[in-house]
Amino acid sequence: MSFFGGVLEMLGRAPKRPASRTDQAEILHGRKRGKGLDVARLLEEIAAAKKVHHWRNIRWAVLISVNLLFTLSFWVDIQILEGSLTASRFLGFHLADPYSSALVMLATASVPVNLVIGSVTIALFWALLGGRTFCSWACPYHLLAEWGEAIRNRLEARGLLVDHPMHRGVRPALFVAFAALALLTGHTLFLTLNPIGIVSRAMVYGLSMALLWVVALLAFEVLYARRAWCRYACPIGLTYGLLGVAAPFRVVYHLEACAHEGECRKVCEVPHVLDLTIKGRAADAHVDVGPDCTRCGLCVDICPTDSLTYEVKGLDRLL
Amino acid sequence: MSDTAVRPRRRARPRLSRQQQRRRSILRAGLLSAGLLALTPLAFLPVARRLRDRLRPPGAMADEATFLGACIKCGQCVQVCPVNAILLADAGDGFGHGAPYIEPREQACDFSCDALSCILACPTGALRHEISLVSEVAIGTAELVRPDACRARRAEGVHGPARTEGFRGRLRYSEIDRWTPQPVADQAYDLEHCDLCARLCPVGDTAIAMVRLADGPSGATTPEVRDGCVGCGVCEMVCPETPTCITVVPTVALAATHEGAA
Repeated sequence: MSFFGGVLEMLGRAPKRPASRTDQAEILHGRKRGKGLDVARLLEEIAAAKKVHHWRNIRWAVLISVNLLFTLSFWVDIQILEGSLTASRFLGFHLADPYSSALVMLATASVPVNLVIGSVTIALFWALLGGRTFCSWACPYHLLAEWGEAIRNRLEARGLLVDHPMHRGVRPALFVAFAALALLTGHTLFLTLNPIGIVSRAMVYGLSMALLWVVALLAFEVLYARRAWCRYACPIGLTYGLLGVAAPFRVVYHLEACAHEGECRKVCEVPHVLDLTIKGRAADAHVDVGPDCTRCGLCVDICPTDSLTYEVKGLDRLL
Repeated sequence: MSDTAVRPRRRARPRLSRQQQRRRSILRAGLLSAGLLALTPLAFLPVARRLRDRLRPPGAMADEATFLGACIKCGQCVQVCPVNAILLADAGDGFGHGAPYIEPREQACDFSCDALSCILACPTGALRHEISLVSEVAIGTAELVRPDACRARRAEGVHGPARTEGFRGRLRYSEIDRWTPQPVADQAYDLEHCDLCARLCPVGDTAIAMVRLADGPSGATTPEVRDGCVGCGVCEMVCPETPTCITVVPTVALAATHEGAA
């Protein structure tokens, strides 16, 4: 996918068919033309793959460890990672969430040096690790939303629910609106509503009534619109997505063996990034998955043909 | 086989064209953003109506609205306080949700950190880094709100601890341990006349002192709050009467009173 195409898709544009495909892609697509799928074998493989939660388990372990590090730093006073996900200190060194910091700067028309240091550090960190990697590997709300989605899947399978998708352009619109509100009112509405901050603070400083708001958001996602906060609302996720547009760590799609059965799109939090796995869509034999990808690895785990893999750009050249 | 064997569980939804689907998705997106942004007045209400005048930690920006805008709601100030005096406000505080405050009757700021750790921990300067001395702190000002119940004014003493057993507040008693704050409920007194608010004030007699009460019973005194009071709330925490006779009026309330008078 083209660099700017990926960014535009993250901002809400619907994925398109590629304007042109490389010769290699043409040959690979041509080979598959007219051929039926060996559905029985594929379903078997998918059933087997479903039991594999390799990356998911690693990811959950990392996510829980990061958040426990916040909790233990306070409760057991190990003082390694003090604060919460909006701003913290790692062994005394400032870390800050870039979007939250930007809101504070807009609200107060000032530039606190510590926030700049913290935001730049975090921005560089996630720019290397893949931007929205933050979402699936560190964000505690993401984990709750994943569990909510599992409930939703069961209800949907029984025909009790249908999804109500929204135009993804609403996320950049909210991104701008929250920033404009901070500038105009001097208050940071987003930080008041931010479920990431609420969950992170609750994990460190104890339960709060604000968690009811988080429960309401989760109920909305389970009952009405699948993964609504992460897909359509969260400006923090969008910020990390923008920071990670050129990240070396990403998921790469390999056209050759792909059966185009679409299991990956069913498990994906942001399935528009995997539209390139639809038959005929891939512009090249190997295509990087777009910047909205959270690198959660569910597709890597579930793909029966290993057509989606984690890669670090340039690592093979370095080694 | 009967032809009614397969019955749809629910009425089939009308198939929507792509155009209709797109229109609906935009409509839902609009409603979602409208719904989230419509919470602005709800969050503004507790701040604008001053439903809760909070005592903010040392160094907090004097203007409450600026303070709330500057606070990134991370809670690092909470972590460094040696007596856990700092709490984080819940959703009922609107824009103040997640911002720090002090409830001195439960746990006052006793300055046992010496260095104003909360200010040093604040990454945004919502707790102003310019402040480095206890005397520069302006959390609020103590006020004798129930003079009639005050033991000093009635010439009564304290026999036993200032607060009942089970009270978890702590205070630095330098003469016992310079570095470890002690539970207030563990310290028993045998005073003929109560003077705990002045005796335990970490600032000293520039902030509060007992003065003779002319029209009271013999030996009666009254606590006199002076300009040096920084509003730490130790007097409120140690007052042996329940409810407390002396309480700290937050800076935000004082500012509002000044505006009202002007």
